Amino acid sequence: MEILQTLEAIWLARTAILDGLWNTIQISFLSILLGTILGIIVGLILTYGNRAARFAIRIYSDFLRGTPVFVLILACFYILSVVGLDLTAFQAGVFALTLFCSSHVGEIVRGALQAIPKGQTEAAKSIGLTFSKTFFSVLLPQALRQILPTWVNTATEIVKASTLLSIIGVVELLLAVQQIISRTYLSLELYFFAGFVFFIINFAIEKAGRYVERKVAIPT
Amino acid sequence: MSQNLLEIQNLHKRFGQLEVLKGIDLTMRQGDVVSLIGSSGSGKTTLLRCVNLLEEYEEGVVAVEGEQIGYKQKGGKRVRLSEKEIARQRAMTGMAFQHFNLFPHMTAVRNVMLGLIKTRGMDKDEAHSIAEKWLERVGMLQRKDHFPGQLSGGQQQRVAIARAIAMNPKLMLFDEVTSALDPELVNEVLAVVLDLAKDGMTMLLVTHEMQFAHDVSNRVIFMQDGRIGEEGPPKELFKKPKSERLAAFLKSSKF
Amino acid sequence: MDYDFNFAAVWRDFDLLLSGLGLGILLALISIAIGCLIGLLAAFGMLSKRRAIRWISLSYVSAIRNTPILILILFTFFALPQLGIRLGKIESFIVTLSVYAGAYLTEVFRAGLVALPKGLREAGLTIGLTEFRTKLLITIPVMLRNVLPSLSNNFISLFKDTSLAAAIAVPELTFYARKINVETFRVIETWLVASLMYVVTCYVIAAVLRQVETRLAIPR
Repeated sequence: MEILQTLEAIWLARTAILDGLWNTIQISFLSILLGTILGIIVGLILTYGNRAARFAIRIYSDFLRGTPVFVLILACFYILSVVGLDLTAFQAGVFALTLFCSSHVGEIVRGALQAIPKGQTEAAKSIGLTFSKTFFSVLLPQALRQILPTWVNTATEIVKASTLLSIIGVVELLLAVQQIISRTYLSLELYFFAGFVFFIINFAIEKAGRYVERKVAIPT
Repeated sequence: MSQNLLEIQNLHKRFGQLEVLKGIDLTMRQGDVVSLIGSSGSGKTTLLRCVNLLEEYEEGVVAVEGEQIGYKQKGGKRVRLSEKEIARQRAMTGMAFQHFNLFPHMTAVRNVMLGLIKTRGMDKDEAHSIAEKWLERVGMLQRKDHFPGQLSGGQQQRVAIARAIAMNPKLMLFDEVTSALDPELVNEVLAVVLDLAKDGMTMLLVTHEMQFAHDVSNRVIFMQDGRIGEEGPPKELFKKPKSERLAAFLKSSKF
Repeated sequence: MDYDFNFAAVWRDFDLLLSGLGLGILLALISIAIGCLIGLLAAFGMLSKRRAIRWISLSYVSAIRNTPILILILFTFFALPQLGIRLGKIESFIVTLSVYAGAYLTEVFRAGLVALPKGLREAGLTIGLTEFRTKLLITIPVMLRNVLPSLSNNFISLFKDTSLAAAIAVPELTFYARKINVETFRVIETWLVASLMYVVTCYVIAAVLRQVETRLAIPR
């Protein structure tokens, strides 16, 4: 490996790389945020919705989870422009990742809520709590703790999937690095570099997740 | 040649800092039935597990039919035998465990056949007929095609004993074979062990069933803090314990 | 939205899509087979007495799991030739997907091995089997049956990940969908059909694997 040459290439292209990194962070953050909000709604409908609503959302969720995220990104990118929604590649990509994230978060939320023993709701009712009070002060706090590890995992999946936006031309970190590769031919070194940066991001997310998990754990 | 079947000399075993066996001497002849009793932590299970090298020992000798188990002396140093040699030596003894440890993915008869085929090199038909013979002996022939998960604890333990005994071992090791069983299932397993003893099988048992130890053994060893506290024929040992410790232990065991 | 649906163009090339789907399934099958071998080795590595071996296995798993698969695919195909390792598109993708699958399966197998009762191995040893034969005949078969459900989930994810082979022009389903999209401009039809093909295949694979699971399950 030409380490000095590589470091020099990275240094020379630092603004491009940082811009790419910033895009990666924005894509990931927006998709996780919006996907989580949408996903909670999906999960609530899957758990508490009436039959028709549950059925519709079940199809939504199964369809999104059965489709590869790459296909989802391509489909959103091409289809949205045809139906007259003038979105940039960035926006279409975030839209696709948001849908992807929502279906996964939806399942996590449903699983966590259903895993809470029935006795909890009954106990809450017996001390006179309404459904919304039961939900917010009894069920949600328990569900959130269960959701956390899987949700962190989903977040790292989204960060990794954000690289797929390079294929529809969004200059996130991977595409920024590829552009340097096309000038310098340092493919081995620079792909390694890109992989390493993602490793660091995901490693940090995982560590942060573990930390929060420990902080909020219910003592046993 | 009146060689001892099992010969243990000055056996020491440590788990880290903790010395659990502090110099054990024990000999057994063909046809002996020896029970190890004692409170938990006295080292009796560890002693049993050193005989087939499920526990490695640091010092001393364990020999079956004059052959040292697990190690050889080479230039004044102790060297561990090869994996293959150890496997061969382990097959000289049979073992029944507290938790049966049947192979859950095989039927009862396949459990018994596995060692016969893979270790003894028998063909399937021969192994099958031997397996059936032993399953019949322990009263499990009707259930031979059941999987362990489909059998009660007592039934699993009887299959496990058949699996060990079918290998035609020189010495059978029983490690608290009834401790994990519901009380109503204990007797069916003890009956099988008693039956084998009557047949002249050489056996070393760890047990909490004092009445059973009394009935089945020709010698009982009371283990105490990693040493042999007291030993003798069951009638003497149980009737006239010499030490306070043994007397107290027998009292707490409701014998 | 005025868009006239016309599936004729997609039907004309449906056999291409089907052949792409077949290739995707094949790629996933080969990769999970190789991945299982790698995963088994690394799982035993994680449980090894030797620190160096544990460290190597752990590094492999966390490096692969925290790196976007697209970067791994591009690295193997474009960067490894720099080291003289030149592979065809399909071979290169199989290598990547196998190594990727191996990292996820390592975790599955490790957890499965740890969950086995200790006495299982000891019982194998007492009937005179060597350590190796005990693994081969007892611990591995029992563990594999116990982890079958996670193995199925991993296979389905791998199948979806074969869509990424399109990034290096391996002619699987997503590759042909993009081709048809560009050639016919039947954008919605193409992506609808392609994603439905993925979704339905996932359903079928899941149903088949559930059958396999019940058939192979240890009776109790």
